[in-house]
Amino acid sequence: MAQKAGGKARIAKQFIEAIPFSKALRMCLEDIGDGRAVISMPWSEDLVGDPQSGVIHGGAVSALMDTCGGAAVMSHPDAPAGTATIDLRIDYMRPATPGQRIVARAECYNVTRSVGFVRASAHDADDARPVATAAGAFTVERPKEVKA
Amino acid sequence: MTSRPRPEPVQVIKERRDRALDLLVQGVPYTRFMGIDFDRRGDELTALMHYDEKLIGNPFLPALHGGAIASFLEVTAILGLSWQSLWDEIESGRVAPEDLTPETMPRLPKTIDFTVDYLRTGLPRDSYARARVNRSGRRYASVHVEAWQDNRARPFAQATGHFLTPGQGGGQRAGQGAGQGAGQGAGQGAGQGAGQGAGQDGGARGG
Repeated sequence: MAQKAGGKARIAKQFIEAIPFSKALRMCLEDIGDGRAVISMPWSEDLVGDPQSGVIHGGAVSALMDTCGGAAVMSHPDAPAGTATIDLRIDYMRPATPGQRIVARAECYNVTRSVGFVRASAHDADDARPVATAAGAFTVERPKEVKA
Repeated sequence: MTSRPRPEPVQVIKERRDRALDLLVQGVPYTRFMGIDFDRRGDELTALMHYDEKLIGNPFLPALHGGAIASFLEVTAILGLSWQSLWDEIESGRVAPEDLTPETMPRLPKTIDFTVDYLRTGLPRDSYARARVNRSGRRYASVHVEAWQDNRARPFAQATGHFLTPGQGGGQRAGQGAGQGAGQGAGQGAGQGAGQGAGQDGGARGG
């Protein structure tokens, strides 16, 4: 998907997948553009938070949502030069099914001069019932103004 | 001569508590993956996330990844909450740490929601965090966590989370697994009932 979308998306994919922590969690940028991003993360033994059930730790899902939210902000048409998370709230609807890849979709639905507002959701193979939803605010770092 | 058992040697008490904590922490693969361990003083835990290059989110600054920070806070909250009830179980004698095995450990609380405030850039160095259980009832618990690096008075992130506690009231997967029932259901309900009324945790637990 992202490869087809052209140069900008390819650069974004390389950029996000090169982030050390995203790499450690084996995140994969599936799609990006116009303030939206889709990032997936495979199940892994390392990420298990409940040894008795094999369910992935909430922290790993937060990390996925955070990365996806940041990517959505960066891809907004009012393109900020960079972004950082101000706050992020995650609601956990149900445990993710062990063994299944988790896919996060984030949308930056509003950008002001200095803040990007994001909502996101995460699913496993059951697309009808979200594993988690999230809402967050991100900084919008503007490139240095070019004087007219 | 045998009227009253002698108090146990301090080393025995310490070993028993550390063993229970170790089982709790080492049982969670994600905690190991993140390089998080816990320092215990009495019942108080301080979490330590050892710096590692893989925790970086912005290589140019460089800064820790927001997701790594969120993970650190959530791990600290869950284990802090779980430790509090395990501590009560052990100290009251309802659970014998010698009998604890990875299979019979109490189930961990489940996160309902978790909100992280990022206050400052996380620098590429070790991080510390402490959780405070503001309320722990039969079904729900509210936990606040603060994380800092060099200076305790300047936290770089904080979070509040709500959790389903794993006792009988916790619902969801109460009946799962045959072996785990022993230490959990009834004991926990009772233990938590005591601390429930108001926020008296701080005073009552200081000793």
